[in-house]
Amino acid sequence: MTLSPALLLSLFAAAAPALAQTAVPLPAPLSNASPAGPPGSSAAACPRIDVPYTQFQLANGLNVILHEDHTVPLVAVDLWFRVGSAREKPGRTGLAHLFEHILFEGSSHVKPGEFDKLLEGVGGDNNGSTNNDRTNYYEVLPANALDLALFLESDRMGFLLDVLSPARVDQQRDVVKNERRERIENQPYGMASIRIEEEIFPAGHPYHSPVIGSMEDLTAATHDDVAAFFRSFYSPANASVVVSGDFQTEDARRKIETWFSDVAAGPRPPVLAAAPAVLAAEKRVTLEDRVQLPRLYMAWITPAQFHPGDEALDLLSSVLASGKNSRLYKRLVYDLQIAQDVSAVQDSRALASMFLIAVTAREGHTLTEIERVVQEELDRVKREPPSARELERALNQYEAGFYRALERNRDKADLMNAYDMEAGRPDYFNEDLARHRALDGRDVQSIARRQLPNDARVVLSVVPTGKTALAASRPKGGSR
Amino acid sequence: MRVRSLSRILAAAALFGLSFEGAAEPPDRSKPPQPGPAIPLRLPETSRLKLSNGIPVFLVERHKVPLAQVLVVLRGGASTDPANRPGLASLTADLLDRGAGARSALEISDLADTLGASVAAGAGWDTSSVGINVPVARLSDAMPLLSDLVRNPTFPSEELERVRQERLTEMVQWKDDPAEIAATAFARAVYGTHPYGRRPEGNPASMRSVTREDVLRYHAARYTAGAAAIVAVGDLRATEMLARLERAFGSWSAGSTPPASAPPAAPQLSGRRVVLVDKPDAPQSQIWIGRVGPPRSTPDYFALFVSNTILGGSFTSRLNHNLRETKGYSYGAFSQFDYRLSTGPFLASAAVQTDKTGPALTEFFRELEGIREEVPAEELARARNYTALRYPAGFETDAQVAGRVSDQFVYGLPDDYFNTYVSRIQAVTAAEVRRVAQQWFDPRNCAIVIVGDRRRIEPQIAALNLGPITVRSIDEVLESKGKSGTR
Repeated sequence: MTLSPALLLSLFAAAAPALAQTAVPLPAPLSNASPAGPPGSSAAACPRIDVPYTQFQLANGLNVILHEDHTVPLVAVDLWFRVGSAREKPGRTGLAHLFEHILFEGSSHVKPGEFDKLLEGVGGDNNGSTNNDRTNYYEVLPANALDLALFLESDRMGFLLDVLSPARVDQQRDVVKNERRERIENQPYGMASIRIEEEIFPAGHPYHSPVIGSMEDLTAATHDDVAAFFRSFYSPANASVVVSGDFQTEDARRKIETWFSDVAAGPRPPVLAAAPAVLAAEKRVTLEDRVQLPRLYMAWITPAQFHPGDEALDLLSSVLASGKNSRLYKRLVYDLQIAQDVSAVQDSRALASMFLIAVTAREGHTLTEIERVVQEELDRVKREPPSARELERALNQYEAGFYRALERNRDKADLMNAYDMEAGRPDYFNEDLARHRALDGRDVQSIARRQLPNDARVVLSVVPTGKTALAASRPKGGSR
Repeated sequence: MRVRSLSRILAAAALFGLSFEGAAEPPDRSKPPQPGPAIPLRLPETSRLKLSNGIPVFLVERHKVPLAQVLVVLRGGASTDPANRPGLASLTADLLDRGAGARSALEISDLADTLGASVAAGAGWDTSSVGINVPVARLSDAMPLLSDLVRNPTFPSEELERVRQERLTEMVQWKDDPAEIAATAFARAVYGTHPYGRRPEGNPASMRSVTREDVLRYHAARYTAGAAAIVAVGDLRATEMLARLERAFGSWSAGSTPPASAPPAAPQLSGRRVVLVDKPDAPQSQIWIGRVGPPRSTPDYFALFVSNTILGGSFTSRLNHNLRETKGYSYGAFSQFDYRLSTGPFLASAAVQTDKTGPALTEFFRELEGIREEVPAEELARARNYTALRYPAGFETDAQVAGRVSDQFVYGLPDDYFNTYVSRIQAVTAAEVRRVAQQWFDPRNCAIVIVGDRRRIEPQIAALNLGPITVRSIDEVLESKGKSGTR
């Protein structure tokens, strides 16, 4: 998994509006992402990360992980349901994300609108997010109000359907449609990630459909569809809660045992099985959008999160596009000045990951020109391993980014849930770092050879409406 | 507090090895659990020190993760840009890591990446700043770099050309983004030719014409020890850190006294006008409504904070509740004051679906009128609690703490500001909230900027008779073509 923000494809959909956003523009960010850093050859070794925890399971199957952090008098409650868009059926896309909204609308002992009012009344914030594999819900609140968060989470886990009315669902359908308009349809290049996933994961694969769902499916879902989805996936046996913050473990344990004791066990959904996604050829696609500048995307299906190769692809993304000396940035942005920005990310997921490169062309330059250079750099990294210095930069950035993710209780809790779900234990921090540290340049070279073939990828050109001539055209002959 | 005392007994029992597996009592769901006694916010001490040349230093030790954040703050930001060079402060900051001391742009980037350092230089309205966040084990290698970035940038001509093209391209890309278009039109509509009427990033004309001499002059005038403060937060020891800072910045000459960094107060809007920016086929309209607000130094800061929380500063706020949760017109609506040294803007905003642009505007004005009335006690209490009790959440990361300490310096906040914040919020009365709301939320004297599909929304807007409508193209807004500052 990559800890740096997965800029391009993260379809994490938040329930709350971005209230914290600064509406009046701040100074422009540096255009090459400031590297999140890790350690150096010459520099002192960085200390081991110690995240003590207590883990147990309730009788109803709820997985619980507690981690004390007394830095500030706060607690973060981070609850994961192991359900994301991958569990949706064709024609009913967007349900997992729609639930991420519905779950804030009240339950048997929490009247509509009260969820947020109660939390704000004690100084708490909350939100949720949805991806292919899971949905998360969190509260961050003063440590003396932990009971309130547990009351709210247990109530909506155990007692939601009794009071869920079609009117509440319809109201949130409208909000979600506006979320799609705001975050995708009215965003430059907003449709690119949806199109790439459609092209790269075949129809029938759990990752084929967009997390946010289609407008048609959002309209079509019946109340029975919605209720059935909840019964299948929102049981304690399919959930995990991490509490991180300023509490005493035994006290928090008793509170959790109390609040979740009357939540019925419910079904444990079968493990999601999917035939491996295989891309048999290079697919070249052009998408017209209301944008000024064309952007090239290249995407490959890559090993799943924590599977062999995932970590080498993290480092490869950094070698290619992190910092001014990274290969694609240096060629395209710094030396040739034919691109405005570049990015590369290993977007790690449970069933299959996606490695993605994106480059925005400068005015007057075509994506054919851009692609030629990208291809040269891909060929080069396959031909010869990155230097020790390149590896060192990538690793040190990775490590520092790692520490930064441990500063906030909520980030830490979310990472512990991710580790527990995908790597089997919540304190996988040192192992996660170690799997990256164990790599050398040849590993990065060999992963590029194996996982980024020229003949099995999606090449998407997003071009200004009417300017399809700017798209990346298939090169004739040549070295490919 | 039944639940709470029960858990205390159970916790005690657990110490003696008793097992309660499966024996938990069912919870009382008849009413929401009340919070326990308030926990005071234990903020780490800020050591207030000085370097030998007088630079104030603020040190906060936090031994949580092996990181350090060092921030050099300089009084003077975008509001000190020369009138014909908007964007100069921001450009200057952007160029600092493109050549400094003996290192080139690539060498600086290589060093920072190898140290695992994140370097951020930028200019806001009131300050320029350079921050470095680095694993503490490599702090000693990072300090000379930080010192060079601040004190010895070389501003190579070819790097200026790179950044110039990058910024001009960014401004081209603003045309795609309705929020960028709205932000630009809004600043102009509220402030006209006042410095706050510009974008801190400048405009295409200034970016095309700015010279290396402009940058050198700005740096010489503004990046002086006399304008600086240094904040260091993280896994460090104060005495050792002070010595490091003395080595890096102690020989920096104070320079001449820096010129004033706050622009004059902007005149308040009178009357109401609409600026409609056409973005054909947009599925949503960006609505930005606002006027001139008070400076950060206003004595009404706390009352206004609470008042705005009720209007649009939280999820349950009236604007979000109405436009999102009741009507479903939007993914979210909010309002805020952007506090600056001088009179920053008040803004109420949402992106709403195109066919509901008119109805959404009606609801905005309903709420802007409504907030001027007496606020119910329960709503006021919730807003006070939300504002006051979430305060600790702003102190979780080293960068957050550094930012807050830096604000104390820039805005002249008292040393005990953090520790009195909660009680000052809790002391805000209903009468104060009403008084400040009547003064600052004035829906009859404001600017309304709407970016959307003119063909579909102009009739909806015109029917509301909000005021004279000026239609602008995106190019006019972003390139300052045609009329400007017609107030």
